[in-house]
Amino acid sequence: MSVFFAKRFLTLIVTLIGASMVIFLVMEILPGDPALVILGVDAPESAVVSLTKELGLDRPAPERYWDWISGLMQGQMGNSYAYKVPVWELVEGAVLISLPLALMSIFLSVVLALVIGLYAAANHNKAGDITLMGISQLGISIPNFWLAILVIILFAIELRWLPAGGFPGWDEGILKCLKALLLPAVALATVVGAVLARITRSSVLEVFREDYVRTARAKGLSQRATLWRHVLRNAMIPVLTVTGIQFAALLTGTVVVENVFHIPGLGSLVLKAINNRDTIVVENVVLLLATMVITVNFIVDILYAVIDPRLKAHDI
Amino acid sequence: MTLLNVKNLNVILETSEGIARAVRDLNFSLEKGETLGIVGESGCGKSMTALALMGLLPEMGKTTGQIELNGENLLEKSEAEMCKIRGNNLAMIFQEPMTSLNPVHTVGRQIMEPLRLHMGLTKEEARAEAVRLLDRVGIPNPRERIGNYPHQLSGGQRQRVMIAMALSCAPDILIADEPTTALDVTIQDQILELIQALVHEEGMGLILISHDLGVVSENTDSIMVMYGGAAVETGRTDNIFDELVHPYTQGLFAAMPKLGRAREARLVTIPGTVPDLVNLPAGCTFTDRCPLATEICRNTPPPIESIDARHAAA
Amino acid sequence: MSDVQSTSFLSRCRRSRSFVVGGLLTGFLLLCAFVSLFWTPGSAYDIIITNRFLPPSSLHWLGTDQFGRDIVSMLMTGTQNSIVVAVVAVSIGLSIGVSLGLLASARRGWTEELIMRFSDFSFAFPAILSAIMLTAIIGPGGVNSILAIGLYNIPVFARLTRGSANAIWAREFVMAARAAGKGRFRITFEHILPNILSIIIVQATILFAIAILAEAALSYLGLGTQPPEPSWGRMLNEAQTLMFLDPMQAIYPGLAIATAVFGLNLLGDGLRDILDPRLSRKR
Repeated sequence: MSVFFAKRFLTLIVTLIGASMVIFLVMEILPGDPALVILGVDAPESAVVSLTKELGLDRPAPERYWDWISGLMQGQMGNSYAYKVPVWELVEGAVLISLPLALMSIFLSVVLALVIGLYAAANHNKAGDITLMGISQLGISIPNFWLAILVIILFAIELRWLPAGGFPGWDEGILKCLKALLLPAVALATVVGAVLARITRSSVLEVFREDYVRTARAKGLSQRATLWRHVLRNAMIPVLTVTGIQFAALLTGTVVVENVFHIPGLGSLVLKAINNRDTIVVENVVLLLATMVITVNFIVDILYAVIDPRLKAHDI
Repeated sequence: MTLLNVKNLNVILETSEGIARAVRDLNFSLEKGETLGIVGESGCGKSMTALALMGLLPEMGKTTGQIELNGENLLEKSEAEMCKIRGNNLAMIFQEPMTSLNPVHTVGRQIMEPLRLHMGLTKEEARAEAVRLLDRVGIPNPRERIGNYPHQLSGGQRQRVMIAMALSCAPDILIADEPTTALDVTIQDQILELIQALVHEEGMGLILISHDLGVVSENTDSIMVMYGGAAVETGRTDNIFDELVHPYTQGLFAAMPKLGRAREARLVTIPGTVPDLVNLPAGCTFTDRCPLATEICRNTPPPIESIDARHAAA
Repeated sequence: MSDVQSTSFLSRCRRSRSFVVGGLLTGFLLLCAFVSLFWTPGSAYDIIITNRFLPPSSLHWLGTDQFGRDIVSMLMTGTQNSIVVAVVAVSIGLSIGVSLGLLASARRGWTEELIMRFSDFSFAFPAILSAIMLTAIIGPGGVNSILAIGLYNIPVFARLTRGSANAIWAREFVMAARAAGKGRFRITFEHILPNILSIIIVQATILFAIAILAEAALSYLGLGTQPPEPSWGRMLNEAQTLMFLDPMQAIYPGLAIATAVFGLNLLGDGLRDILDPRLSRKR
């Protein structure tokens, strides 16, 4: 386990460094001078030069990259160009909204996927299976931000069950906050859930054809016991892979859906930063989102080994 | 009382191309401590017969007739009742030890499963019993091996694990479906000997299924030769080999490579392929490949003729 | 021989329901875009405030928006935009990604390692994230969104190509070609590419659908296609502010996106069934 874990952990670190370099390089290569942006196009030459110096932008790129990374290690992201406050202050509150939303959505979608996928597999080629798979095919095709608008129209405007948007803040009580996050989470989870449900179904059906399932039945295990004890764990391997891939989609979906609901998460923050040309905020938020994607895939890798002992052996 | 009595066993498969009669009008019986061999080419219905006995046919399969185990007809049992019989009274070993064990569970857990299910053992008792079983099927260091995953064992060891699993609840009948086909030749004999020894010790009935006449002839009391889903020749093993009656059995026998002769003689084969079970010919199913076929064979199915009390052929 | 194959190919096409339905929907999409080049029932651009919020009529089939523009015409013209973005973005990903994948598979060693590690990094940046980065610096716009989606497609194609190409490199007939002294590039074009083409076509169809979704999302955020050019995402953005007034306006553009994506997904599924029957049976 330790060799396997160490290898994966090393990959995680290397990927994180690579991703941060990609972000830094893109920001570096692309045109646009932060000092000019802050001061406006009409600013006098001398002011631009002195601000450039003040921001430390006149130093060589590797040095600035190192400053950025070592700052991050100490939990410092620099100061926002637009608001003149530490970037972390802006990011902190947003993360505390976006992360719960993403986790809530992935939880909802996995539950949805397991229920639908297992039901469809159990009723293979019967009416229930065909109907559910038809619906899930539609679910895959629906843009999540449109679904967000639809659920607002239905649950907030027509039925008035849930708020149409906004976020009360965590001091207002957890229940109120979860209520505000419920509709966005549903909009996000439906699409991802539909993808995962299809994978779950086909994966369960495939495992049911395996020889060891016949062995389990020959031991006297009932169909249901076989499903729980022998099929599910093997069937989860492809489901897990796709969950990892879908997490990236879900996170970027969060960026879009937050804007539909006017929720002050990372998505809203980054859009505002774009409008303000606050590149330092964009840089850090993009790295943060990329880090989440990479970390989730790292966790998925570890879970693989927990589920399938063959992988560990393969690696050592 | 006869241990196992099979009467008019028929299996049909509803395939997309039509209804296939995978097993036709099979009759056989098995006594305690007796070994029956079922021989035939792949696709002749051997495995379907075994799965029908276990009640584990694929969804598209339907079984009719009678399968009496200890005087009770298994085909009248509910699924829940069958679950109590499978692994307990009736156990099976499969052809592919590589894929027949669940890769994500330890072998110990897989052996303990039927023990806990049928014998109601606690975890500790089942573990102790599993160690004993592994030792009995000749796996060294059973105490350590019990924590291994299937991929950490060799093919022969995995088949030994399968045997331990099948024998765990001391079943009345063990069905071994091509238990050695996927293994190295050197290991084949060891595994067969192991099965034989254990079956004799426990006094259980054994149904040994193989395409290899050699394997069956050395390890069985009686033989049933199957072709195209039906039995073409049945009898005591000695009698069948004394006098090969059915042309298909003769063909199988001729196709068997023999030690010593292997170098000079080319392998004899039976021409043609097994019949399409969806569109079975009207007459004898072996007509197209039979060296003795006449026009009568083509149109009328042959009657079963008793050659003596212990030997019958179509 | 080829005759037998082609008839069975056609009959397989006809028998695959996904392919037929998906093909019809995609065909309808293309037709809308094509027709809108010459004719639309009303105007998708002219702002006539007196005509705002007209209900559906024979003149305006789905009514008009808050600026008096004809909704059907905007939807039709928006099709052009979606198709152009998707075609260019997928082409970028396809040409660069497949080349990199083939190169990685043909050269192996450090080339493969480098290309694959690089595509690992880019996996951390889904289309919308890279678009956000791009627009943060060079400003929003249609071209940027195409670029961002295209960049995102490169590693997807590169991975798929390399994976399936490696499988073909291990096959006997490639061994035979190598034994016959053929060069790596010749083998790549004579043996590898033709054998993985069907997988690439299926993937391209699905990425086409994803590109349409991503473009709509970017335009919705205001990072993609800019007004007055009609685009489905932009229409949804404008409709959202009117949700309480005229909810139907938020329905149509979404329906258009969903139909397009649904059709392309079905087409991809159908193509997979037809081009690779072995794969589809496994699913």
